[in-house]
Amino acid sequence: MSEEFKIEIVNPEKSFLVKEDVLEVVVPAFEGEMGILKDHISIISFLKPGIIKVFSKSGDENYYVEDGIIEFKNNNLSILTSAIFSVTDLDKSKQGDLLKKAEAEASKSEISDQAKYLADQKVEVLRSIN
Amino acid sequence: MASLDDLKKRIASVKSTQKITKAMKMVAAAKLRRAQESAERGRPYSEKMNNIILNLSNGISDKENAPKLLSGTGENKVHLCVVMTSDRGLCGGFNSNIIKKAKSYFSKILNEGKQLKIITVGSKGNDQLKRVYGDKIIENVSFKESKNANYFDADKVGRIIIEKFEAGEFDICTIFYNQFKNVITQIPQAQQIIPLNNEEDHNNSDESYEFEPDEDEILSNLLPKNISTQIFKAMLENSASEQGSRMSAMDNATRNAGEMVDKLTIEYNRSRQAAITKELIEIISGAESL
Repeated sequence: MSEEFKIEIVNPEKSFLVKEDVLEVVVPAFEGEMGILKDHISIISFLKPGIIKVFSKSGDENYYVEDGIIEFKNNNLSILTSAIFSVTDLDKSKQGDLLKKAEAEASKSEISDQAKYLADQKVEVLRSIN
Repeated sequence: MASLDDLKKRIASVKSTQKITKAMKMVAAAKLRRAQESAERGRPYSEKMNNIILNLSNGISDKENAPKLLSGTGENKVHLCVVMTSDRGLCGGFNSNIIKKAKSYFSKILNEGKQLKIITVGSKGNDQLKRVYGDKIIENVSFKESKNANYFDADKVGRIIIEKFEAGEFDICTIFYNQFKNVITQIPQAQQIIPLNNEEDHNNSDESYEFEPDEDEILSNLLPKNISTQIFKAMLENSASEQGSRMSAMDNATRNAGEMVDKLTIEYNRSRQAAITKELIEIISGAESL
């Protein structure tokens, strides 16, 4: 166990992903992308819409998230999110649906600046996937 | 004594009732397994969420300016009670247990001279409460269309609560639901969600976290989410409890129907035998008198 740590992604319905052999995780934190390696200082932060990149010994994976909280402590990374999709499972129709929803949200006039920013972010990330 | 024909009809009707309750029991059993699984799978999320909030509130430096969702409004006048029940009946004491728990809490609050507001989730609770507390019910939410408990619905309820809190409509919020212990036992729970009372001791504060952005911002963002999460947890527990309760209720009903059929069959056979004996006696005594 040299450079590996544990990641756990949970959504309200179930434990989405548990992995023990993770080398690095890049998360779209609120104030910019953040790479997490083993022995990172304990941290709590927010996610904005973006891609979580998980680099592990058993292969790399990418996930699209819409929101979430991350907590890193004692080499355990917990990510709580209400909307997460594996990029490989995200086919064109599903992606189109999400994109449409995000665009509708972004084009609303009466939302706050922060909500607008998040919605724009969603649109941008979803467009960049294909 | 009922005639043979009547008895026969009764037996047939009890038997068909038995078939229905048996079918309902099977359906409930199948649904229970799924509901139980999702209740168990949903636990890590709410536990983790609680943990993070606990760590955060320990780390918060100035308690006075803590978000109101955490520390409360400082008053204790208006209570909001969210009573979560099912949308369907025929599930034994499931709904009545929640209502009973809620009602005793209501009368306690009213006796203390405080103001009471009720939100009902699920139509059965609304039906039972509107007779006595009709004027107190400010909102009724029902998710008849959604098949399973989902986070989206929970979030809707959460939003309503937070909106009302921010508008200053209440000081303390409690949710009522059934906690699923096993198929036979469900425990009605009253859980206070605003302000959050963490009774667990705070001695694990040796952990120091880095926050990005700062604690206050994280907390004020996290707490509304936690409300929805707690409600979602309650919904999951509730749906498992409902199916469990329905299953045991239907099991009892099936057994009772079986006993009833047995009793009626005996009665039917006796009266049939009595009629035969009577006819025989008539024939014999008729023959003898010749």
